[in-house]
Amino acid sequence: MEAAQKNDAPLLKTTLWPIHTSMGGKMVPFAGYDMPVQYDGMGVLKEHVHTRTAAGLFDVSHMGQAILTGNDADPAIALETIVPGDIVGLEPGKMRYTVLLNDDGGIIDDLMVTRWDARTLLVVVNAACKEKDFAFIQEKIGRRTKLQYLGDRALLALQGPKAEQAASIFFPDVLGMKFMESVKTSYKGHEIFLSRSGYTGEDGFEISVPNAFAVEFTNELLQEPEVKLIGLGARDSLRLEAGLCLYGHDIDDHSTPIDANLKWVIPKRRREQGGFPGYEKIKKQLDGSTFILRVGIKPEGRAPIREKTELFIGDKKVGVITSGGFGPTVDGPVAMGYVNSDVAKAGTKMNAMLRGVARPCEVVTLPFVKNNYKKD
Amino acid sequence: MSKILFSEDHEYIRIENGVGTVGVTDFAQKALGDVVYVELPKIGATLTKGGQAGVVESVKSASELYSPVTGEVVEINAALSGDPALVNTDPLGQAWFFKVKIANENELTGLKDEAAYNDYIKGL
Repeated sequence: MEAAQKNDAPLLKTTLWPIHTSMGGKMVPFAGYDMPVQYDGMGVLKEHVHTRTAAGLFDVSHMGQAILTGNDADPAIALETIVPGDIVGLEPGKMRYTVLLNDDGGIIDDLMVTRWDARTLLVVVNAACKEKDFAFIQEKIGRRTKLQYLGDRALLALQGPKAEQAASIFFPDVLGMKFMESVKTSYKGHEIFLSRSGYTGEDGFEISVPNAFAVEFTNELLQEPEVKLIGLGARDSLRLEAGLCLYGHDIDDHSTPIDANLKWVIPKRRREQGGFPGYEKIKKQLDGSTFILRVGIKPEGRAPIREKTELFIGDKKVGVITSGGFGPTVDGPVAMGYVNSDVAKAGTKMNAMLRGVARPCEVVTLPFVKNNYKKD
Repeated sequence: MSKILFSEDHEYIRIENGVGTVGVTDFAQKALGDVVYVELPKIGATLTKGGQAGVVESVKSASELYSPVTGEVVEINAALSGDPALVNTDPLGQAWFFKVKIANENELTGLKDEAAYNDYIKGL
């Protein structure tokens, strides 16, 4: 997700906009869209807790969904020239988190890639990056692939320990699905792309629905007592507690996957063979020459330490916060940021300079809240 | 008899015997969202009208609290540190922030009474 907002353009609305406004959504500009930050009668704290204990429903239709097909080969071969992940080896019905890289190894965007079959991938990218991403994909691999933007689809995320129960009413398929698996299914004659994935650290699903059916389907989901609409505010606190990156804040085109502590996105074959942008730099970093590293930061006390707050050991600046706020499940402040790699070890003490006062913090291992994915 | 006045920054001041009890309005708490942390001034500190007197942190953002008058802080509400959510549930009651000994009563003329404040927020 990304909060950048151009001031001149009129705000776009997702298909579910009428539901947000009728349900008391407090609407704010986000990535060019008019989106709910929270809902009347709930608020960020309650929405966050509801998602961790029941099932939260998020409208993420602003994100970019597209189908990538190969002209006469597996599109994964072409896609691997711009991402460092294993896409060729992705089995049908599985999905993977990866990153688009620039020539310096910096992250253009993070995205989800799902394999449907030997010739077809589904990609989902961040709302604020979609134009840039699709142009980049077109420029780099447009001769070998075809990218079809799915502007006719809404995307819902149903997240939390009761998400399975709610989803199974509509899709019996979910009971056999594991984390990062995906199926094409249908409901009431409408084609649905369903995956067991999300951005909260909880078990849950992302559900791609044709726009024409999105309002009706959302209203049906909201009939389930455990399902409540959740705004962007709680989406942010949930993902922060789960240790997940927010594009434009925790990762951007200056950070490599290694800087970002995402080296797990580069499997052994790709580390050895390369063939993606910035490989030389990333290879050196993998061999040990890193300067900064993304880490979890736990502030002592109750005061939230927010983005752009600088971190010090003694008089020496050693890092900066890239995401920070209050974690309702942690019941205290949580943050992440970049620190010099020699002070990146969990347990390292440092100070955040907050309004001129040094606030003690500690480097911690992410996530802040244990993931609850359905892995087996 | 106490009287209550409001600033355009959405602080209220309840005045009794030359001492003002300061907090944020219901309009302010709604705009802030769930409050998770407050930073209060120190007892004995001298505040100036319009100057920073503290910080209110909600889940969404940090906002500065301004003093509606000049004067010395004579009491702070320790209960707020333990339960900052009081700002959302009872902003004009239990969630007062500090009490200030008003140095110059003339400064009060720049503040709004309840009716004028209600008109003011309607226009926002």
